Amino acid sequence: MTDTQKPVTDITTDYDIFAPDFVKNPYPGYTEIRESQCPIAHTERYEGSWLPTRYDDVVAIAQEYETFTSRQILVMPPAAGRTEGPYAAVGAPPITSDPPDHHWHRRLILPVFAPQAVAQYEPGTRDLCNALIDEFIDKGVADAASDYAQHIPVRVISKMLGVPLTMEDEFTDWVRGALENITDAERRIKSFRSIVEYFIGEVQSRAANPREDDFITQLMNTEVEGKKVPIEYVLGVCNLMLVAGIDTTWSAIGSCLWHMAQHPEHRKQLRENPDLWPTAVEELLRVYAPVTMARIVDHDIEFQGCPMKAGDRVLMAFPAANRDPRQFENPDEVILDRQNNRHVAFGSGIHRCAGSNLARLELRVALQTWLERIPEFELIDPTSVTWAGGQVHGPRKCMVKF
Amino acid sequence: MNMKVLLDYDSCHGHQMCAIAAPDVFGSDEIGNAKVLITGEIPVELHTKVRRAESNCPERAITIIE
Ligand code: HEM
Ligand code: SF4
Repeated sequence: MTDTQKPVTDITTDYDIFAPDFVKNPYPGYTEIRESQCPIAHTERYEGSWLPTRYDDVVAIAQEYETFTSRQILVMPPAAGRTEGPYAAVGAPPITSDPPDHHWHRRLILPVFAPQAVAQYEPGTRDLCNALIDEFIDKGVADAASDYAQHIPVRVISKMLGVPLTMEDEFTDWVRGALENITDAERRIKSFRSIVEYFIGEVQSRAANPREDDFITQLMNTEVEGKKVPIEYVLGVCNLMLVAGIDTTWSAIGSCLWHMAQHPEHRKQLRENPDLWPTAVEELLRVYAPVTMARIVDHDIEFQGCPMKAGDRVLMAFPAANRDPRQFENPDEVILDRQNNRHVAFGSGIHRCAGSNLARLELRVALQTWLERIPEFELIDPTSVTWAGGQVHGPRKCMVKF
Repeated sequence: MNMKVLLDYDSCHGHQMCAIAAPDVFGSDEIGNAKVLITGEIPVELHTKVRRAESNCPERAITIIE
């Protein structure tokens, strides 16, 4: 039997983030671990990992970047062949970088993601959302995930990168291969190669015919200490923009629409009090945090009584931390005007999501536009909703009627 | 009641939760980290929002001095 087929006996010693029940709804499992004697669970599956679930532990690990490194950030080792061949040096900076390089890997991309810089994408995102809704509004039914949420981040990122929107289906497929269906090693490595090959083409075409100042051009022209940045950095950042910016945001939009479909009182609250939007978005991100990220332990240590060895993998369960009752009152409840909300949906410390201002903008605009045009809607059949899980959690099919 | 805010820029990692809670007091610099917009006394009508900014910063980079 493969790791995913064995039934889980004790979740604290044998958790499986790819088990079908966990993929569908990870929260009961996270709660069971967090409130047990071992709030840092362990599993031998997928070559082993630790799973901290309490807010304080997750944050401590995210902050201790010297002990918990970002050499690898997936829950399982790289696919065979990933460390060979001409692209082996291409990572996904800054997410896969450690200090000291992490500093410039991150610093160079931060200005394009500052709030004032991403604001320019708001009108285009609104138009895009409206155009998607135009396609189905007369039908009275739609798949909120695959007719709507899925198309928004990929198009925003394509525009930002300056690549054609016609690549949408390929990008979506590659990103799912790289991040969602990672138990399929062959698909994972193929997805990675496709991404790198595609961007090598984009870089070459810009080198031959310089473009207006799009993001890839800007990256290619960036200098650090008087030298152009290496091509591996340019390709790595492009890889990262796809892998970090698409599946994550699409999952968040999908989960929020799934929530709204079942909570007319929250739709009403937002309609009557639009000032609530910014805090409502943070609260929805807290409750439906889609992303979980791994670290590699640098040297043997005992962490909260757990004997961690150099090379061990630790999976930071941000979604579990965000529902820790030690940090949040009534943690499983959505309170749109929650006052204290130090949520870590975007992580914590030096790797905290660089794209968070763009993600928030997309999430807010996608939800606002939907609720303006389709104020009343409901799930057709709650049991027919399908989910992606593992390190990114969100609905993939979510039929609603209106 | 007097109130001032202090930002520990080294611990700030640009969550921007402070600017969401108290946009009159916190903004963003060119890399998206926090910028304190009112360095002197915070007007009384903004105190509640400033407390909210403090209690929403995941990095605990904001200190309120009263
Ligand atoms: C709701 C949507 C999103 C969520 C929940 C999310 C979550 C995260 C998390 C948890 C991390 C930390 C990873 C770690 O500690 O290893 C991260 C890093 C990152 N994210 Fe996001 N992300 C989202 C959307 C985006 C978007 C739209 C972009 C940009 C296009 C983006 C770009 C990045 C980058 C560049 C990093 C790496 C930062 C660093 O290592 O210094 N993310 N994200
Ligand atoms: S919330 Fe905290 S970490 Fe985030 S920008 Fe404000 S001060 Fe910085």
